[in-house]
Amino acid sequence: MPKKMLQIIESAYRATIEEQDDTVVWITHAMKGAGGELEVLLRGNAVNYAVKSQDASGLAFGAKRQTQPPRIADDIAKFADRGVTVRVVSEDVAERGLERSDLIATVKPVSRSELASLFENYDLIWHW
Amino acid sequence: MADKKQLTFVLMDPPYENARTTTALRLIDIAVRRGHDVNVFAYEGAVNVAFAKQAPHANAVHGRDVEQEDHPNPKDWVAALFAAAAERGTTIDWVQCGLCVDERGAGECIPGLRRGSPADLVKFTETSINTLVIPTK
Repeated sequence: MPKKMLQIIESAYRATIEEQDDTVVWITHAMKGAGGELEVLLRGNAVNYAVKSQDASGLAFGAKRQTQPPRIADDIAKFADRGVTVRVVSEDVAERGLERSDLIATVKPVSRSELASLFENYDLIWHW
Repeated sequence: MADKKQLTFVLMDPPYENARTTTALRLIDIAVRRGHDVNVFAYEGAVNVAFAKQAPHANAVHGRDVEQEDHPNPKDWVAALFAAAAERGTTIDWVQCGLCVDERGAGECIPGLRRGSPADLVKFTETSINTLVIPTK
């Protein structure tokens, strides 16, 4: 059985405009496609990745327009289609004034007090 | 050595930006010194750590010419780690994320590294006793 990995994403919007995605979300999709067994935990500012209404479109420098802006909430939502569970730290969501209804439906809230027991489920935990 | 192990490091920072690159290379150095095999997955800006066209420079503030300054280039540190591994009979399998290389035009890296993809990282994690991610913050 492949090792079970948890990707904790905390640094948010790290070059997402020029990358057209979040690089950790991207590599998680790629690793899942290569046979990896992964789950995702969004914490800190990265909980905003699950916000449905975010819109990074419209960037233009002179005549150079960005036609394919990052669509991070869509990328997060696609994890559910691939069997990748995504959790958000509920306190981090609340501290930012976000409501559960602001988030895509497939993410699962988890409280900080539950994290230690959650971590026991994984062989590897990577903190980005 | 009897307890030889395989460790994987994921690097993300470009060189000359912060102490994490040096710290990562220190950890790799210790692993090699202790006889362990090391995998490295260079992701994003870290593909430039081994960029071959890095060049030392003089430093007028220090009052030293290029030779006196002996400016360390991370590519030379990486080459030295490969040499140290060879001396000790260990291996360093250093994979450069191919797409990261392409978007940076950083294809010219020092010898000994190879181009790869996240699939290589999946393989590394399966064969290593542990993996340490050192991400950009």
